[in-house]
Amino acid sequence: MARVVGLTGDEVAAEAIRQINPDVIAAYPITPQTEIVQRLSQFVADGLISAEMVRVESEHSAMSACVGASASGARAMTATSANGLALMWEIVYIAASLRLPIVMPVVNRALSGPINIHCDHSDSMGARDSGWIQLYSENCQEIYDNLIQAVVIAENKEVLLPVMVTLDGFVLSHAMERVEILEDEEVKNFVGEYKNPHSLLDLNNPVTYGPLDLYDYYFEHKRQQVEAMEKALRVIQGVGKQFAKISGRSYGLIEEYRLEDAELVVIALGSTAGTIKEAVDELREEGVKAGLLKIRCFRPFPGREINEALKKVEAVAILDRSASFGAEGGPVFLEVRSSLFEKTERIPIINYIYGLGGRDIKVEEIKGVYQTLQRIARTKRVEKRVDYLGVRE
Amino acid sequence: MKEKGWKDIPIGGLILEPGNAKNYKTGSWRTFKPVRDEEKCTHCLLCWIYCPDSSIIVEDGKIKNIDYEHCKGCGICSVQCPVDAIKMVEEVKEE
Repeated sequence: MARVVGLTGDEVAAEAIRQINPDVIAAYPITPQTEIVQRLSQFVADGLISAEMVRVESEHSAMSACVGASASGARAMTATSANGLALMWEIVYIAASLRLPIVMPVVNRALSGPINIHCDHSDSMGARDSGWIQLYSENCQEIYDNLIQAVVIAENKEVLLPVMVTLDGFVLSHAMERVEILEDEEVKNFVGEYKNPHSLLDLNNPVTYGPLDLYDYYFEHKRQQVEAMEKALRVIQGVGKQFAKISGRSYGLIEEYRLEDAELVVIALGSTAGTIKEAVDELREEGVKAGLLKIRCFRPFPGREINEALKKVEAVAILDRSASFGAEGGPVFLEVRSSLFEKTERIPIINYIYGLGGRDIKVEEIKGVYQTLQRIARTKRVEKRVDYLGVRE
Repeated sequence: MKEKGWKDIPIGGLILEPGNAKNYKTGSWRTFKPVRDEEKCTHCLLCWIYCPDSSIIVEDGKIKNIDYEHCKGCGICSVQCPVDAIKMVEEVKEE
């Protein structure tokens, strides 16, 4: 039986981690992730979880401690945001390379500078090539659900990769929503026990982690990582279906919202997907065939699923909450446009950079995007490939 | 040794066989080779203690030979030898 409670994004993340009950938590507080670590510390102090809480001096140490713990056979977790993720960068790559199934909520916050504590995706988007699986959350329920699934995805023998579960800073981390919480026992059974087949503490089967790996084998190990990401696509879908059995909520790589007959489609990820749903509903009332394609899983990238979902579409806009300086558009745009190149018929596609540094995104602005798409569908002409939503000229 | 493909090696660069560094021949790194003078050597084993690559082979408390497959030619043995019994000789390409 699920409990229905009101929790903020950070609180529900901490609640999921309490129920997962990892062996080791090594974390350093940073706004807007702080409440996760604060709550977890409280849980440990109150004896509500048996996790070993390592109070590290930096995020670099947090991820290092997780790498050591995970290699020794422990289920290890941490959480971070923006500059904290930037500081742990070196070890973020190492965790993925050593194939350690660490799970980490990343509370999306703009990277400095100038210094800013509010939401955008510059932090996690920067880590898109680090070898971590990335699941983006639309609301507080998804934060909870994604975290529980992340453990099972990461530890799958075909995968063995770390997973980032992102949640929009303040928009979700500090917003209270209605959330259904599973029984502790249900979560415990769902995540099972982590068994590292090559534990550093297994004295009978000694193993070396992180040896020098030069031109003779490094390339082969990277090829394996690519393969694991490829396999993760199926595993993530499978775990999403299994999760439905205990929660009633099923998850795929993408979510299609009023997409079957949609002619104008906006693609986005994170909490903005919720705002777009509002705009879609209003436009549908007016007879506009608007739809949303939400990307839940950005790494591995579900190119095939996106292609399949965009069958009858006349124009597409992709919303990016981060800028890729000097690139031909934002990271989501680049990825989607590359996938759509497979289609024989070219769909007009535009990109909007929005919401940097926590700039609000409103339903009206999104309706404006659909209006632009209407014009493009009518004229078959794209005037501006990459534009900015909500910036002052 | 034939190098294996990506499907046939442990993931993550893990080494599952302890002590397999011996399979990696580092002798070719050498530009100077330690040559021991059996007449001068007192078998004090200081070179054996200092060698960072365990390349001084000892049997029954006596130095038997030098493992040239792994010796990198660092010259520490030659510096440590109290009776100047190990000379570093430049490697020359054998015809």
